Amino acid sequence: MKSVPEILQEIRPEFDFAASNDFINDGMLDSFDMMTLVSVLDKNYGISIQGTDIVPENFKNLQTIEALLRQSGAKP
Amino acid sequence: MNFTFRNKRISGVLVVVPANERTFVEEMKNYNFPEARSLKLKEVMGYDRRRLVQPGVCVSDMAIFGLQSLFDRGLLKPDEIDALLLITQSPDYFMPATSNIIQGRLGLKQDMLCLDINQACAGFVIGLMQAFMLLEQESVRKVVLINADVLSRKTSPKDRNIYPLVGDAAAITVIERDTQDSVIHASVKMDGSRNDALMIPAGGLRLPSTAETAVLEDVGDNNLRAKDHLRMDGSAIFNFVQTEIPPLIQGLLDRVGVSMDAIDYFLCHQPNRFMLQKLADKMKVPHSKMPNNVVERFGNSSGSTIPMAIALNIADKITNGQILACLTGFGGGLTWSAMLMRLGGWKFCEIIDYPNQPK
Repeated sequence: MKSVPEILQEIRPEFDFAASNDFINDGMLDSFDMMTLVSVLDKNYGISIQGTDIVPENFKNLQTIEALLRQSGAKP
Repeated sequence: MNFTFRNKRISGVLVVVPANERTFVEEMKNYNFPEARSLKLKEVMGYDRRRLVQPGVCVSDMAIFGLQSLFDRGLLKPDEIDALLLITQSPDYFMPATSNIIQGRLGLKQDMLCLDINQACAGFVIGLMQAFMLLEQESVRKVVLINADVLSRKTSPKDRNIYPLVGDAAAITVIERDTQDSVIHASVKMDGSRNDALMIPAGGLRLPSTAETAVLEDVGDNNLRAKDHLRMDGSAIFNFVQTEIPPLIQGLLDRVGVSMDAIDYFLCHQPNRFMLQKLADKMKVPHSKMPNNVVERFGNSSGSTIPMAIALNIADKITNGQILACLTGFGGGLTWSAMLMRLGGWKFCEIIDYPNQPK
């Protein structure tokens, strides 16, 4: 199973996600990237992240994405 | 707002799509994005092929082509049409109404009603409601509803948020009285305070089109768009659909006392595959009961996508049998609408090509 940083790197290889604490305001993820990320996370973790949870606040940094995964039923 | 209609039915659907087909892959070079990123988007959203009108083709052209096809094959008689409703956001002119132009070019009788209605992706359900209301009149026996748009002509080829998803089409639906006792339930909601989520800013009288409004501007995310072009706040629309549609449908079914499991098909407007899959998951509806394959074949053609989803996926079931369907539209306005009705015994249900014109 791929880790969240690995998945982010595949979607936007030009950015260093470890160096940012705000992917949205730093311009590293746009709304279409969020949908791509959700699609990959759903498949990777065998879950379906709720559409109403696809909001920028949940994709701000690694901690918020991991919290979203836990909330969506992903097993660590 | 809730509505109930009695003894009305759809008796046929014909969808006209331009023969001119474009693929996402061949258009990728228009966007200021790395190819790999565009290909990921293609996979998630279901972008593949779409149908676009050639330059100069208008809503009335496709509608007339479709109606003439029905006349020629004896599936509809010109004199039977007592009302012609056109739902569009891309009319031929400000004035006169495009429905009048269609009537005139086809030589239809004068003793009829022509009406243009400005509605977008919720326009199929809104149009059906208008048709059902007209059929309450003694003098109206058959209504032709046309959901047609050529919004590709109002999109920027440099706008990756809009351009890859838009298609053009005209859907012709014939509606009449049902000789059997039947009931149709509908719910509609509107929120004009969010009108700017889907908008063409210039071209009306508030901001007339000028050389300035035709200039492409950097609107962020490497997209270029003019004020003359259609704009969409994708995140706002996505959240609107995920938030408002499940309770609208649940409320409609609760009011009528029908369970989700009793619905054979949830036939929704077709914005993109991802949005519909998320909607189905939220409602705990199997993906097989909520078709999401229109965008990948034809593009999102606004109010015509529900009849297109029907013709593409379940034409046999509707011409040879009957299903219980929940029709759901959502889009500009904002407007969202759901309708519970039986579909079956249709005389025709098909998609035909509007031919390319010789160069």
